[in-house]
Amino acid sequence: MIGLRLFLLQRITALIMAPLVIGHIATMIYAVQNGLTAAEILSRTQGSVWWGLFYGLFVIAVAIHAAIGVRAIAYEWGKVPAAALNPMTWAIAVGLTLLGGRAIYAVVMP
Amino acid sequence: MTDAADALNVRVWRGKPANGGAFHSYEVPRAESQTILDVVTWIQQNAEPTLTYRFACRVGMCGSCAMMVNGAPRWTCRTHVRKAVQGNELEIAPLRNLPVIKDLTTDMTTFFDKWTDAQGMFHGTQTRHDEISTITPDDPKRRLVNEAVECINCAVCYAACDTVALNEDYLEPAALNRAWTLMNDERDGAFDSRLTAVTGAGGCTNCHSHQSCMTYCPNELNPTRSISGLKKLSASAFLWGGAKR
Repeated sequence: MIGLRLFLLQRITALIMAPLVIGHIATMIYAVQNGLTAAEILSRTQGSVWWGLFYGLFVIAVAIHAAIGVRAIAYEWGKVPAAALNPMTWAIAVGLTLLGGRAIYAVVMP
Repeated sequence: MTDAADALNVRVWRGKPANGGAFHSYEVPRAESQTILDVVTWIQQNAEPTLTYRFACRVGMCGSCAMMVNGAPRWTCRTHVRKAVQGNELEIAPLRNLPVIKDLTTDMTTFFDKWTDAQGMFHGTQTRHDEISTITPDDPKRRLVNEAVECINCAVCYAACDTVALNEDYLEPAALNRAWTLMNDERDGAFDSRLTAVTGAGGCTNCHSHQSCMTYCPNELNPTRSISGLKKLSASAFLWGGAKR
């Protein structure tokens, strides 16, 4: 139930996420160790185009990657009928994009 | 050379799907160099004349005698008892992932249908009037074929594969392994249509690389590697267009 396109999309989004995960975790540890407060972090991220792009790309990659992964699990372990897989995959992808987009909005918008 | 203390306690699955089934216990004398198939045959000849099982060549060529032995799929004619026995206990059951016909025989129709679905047949491009193709033993593609070609269709990989168990559309390791050998056969003329066949909804991209096929293959083939080759082939064909030979 994972054809070639979905297979490739999941691999490519994994390649995109790998450096973004490292960047995200490294920045988090760096920020916390230097004792920055939430307000101080927000003052740095709000209005930043770069952090907007960084997390925007991250959220899109996660939404695609996770939706395809859940699709395989739902079919193989959850016995979700094949006809329901496409709507379910889209719903998860759109849902994660909206959730992530809301978070980016809060962190990046001035 | 056997006595009661040395006898094997063998539990054999008996029954038809319609009537349910259960394990029946038998005591089988041990013998030197005894195989699992010897044990099953002893039971049929001495204790249970109606026991149904399948075998033909007894030398690991025909691929018809595979069964679950103490939970693992094995070719029973080439598996010595001492290799599979746990204490004195043996549990022999029909192959996993295939419907049971009776006792130890399974209906292998789906297994062979998937072989056809993956275009496991050779499509010749020449006639008897053409020159015979020359393929040297050290040809890189010939080497890839060599690594994968000694499959005997025993369905041990099919029984071992968890993706087969969970995804009924999945084309299965033996069929995809066979397709991989043909994709590397210069004489074959169905490269494009086979590539389409092995990359559909149930195709090679469904493999999770658990490597159970490789672990249990009695001929020590590596279908996971073949499937991975198909993934690379189909990915490059999709991304860069027409990965022709």
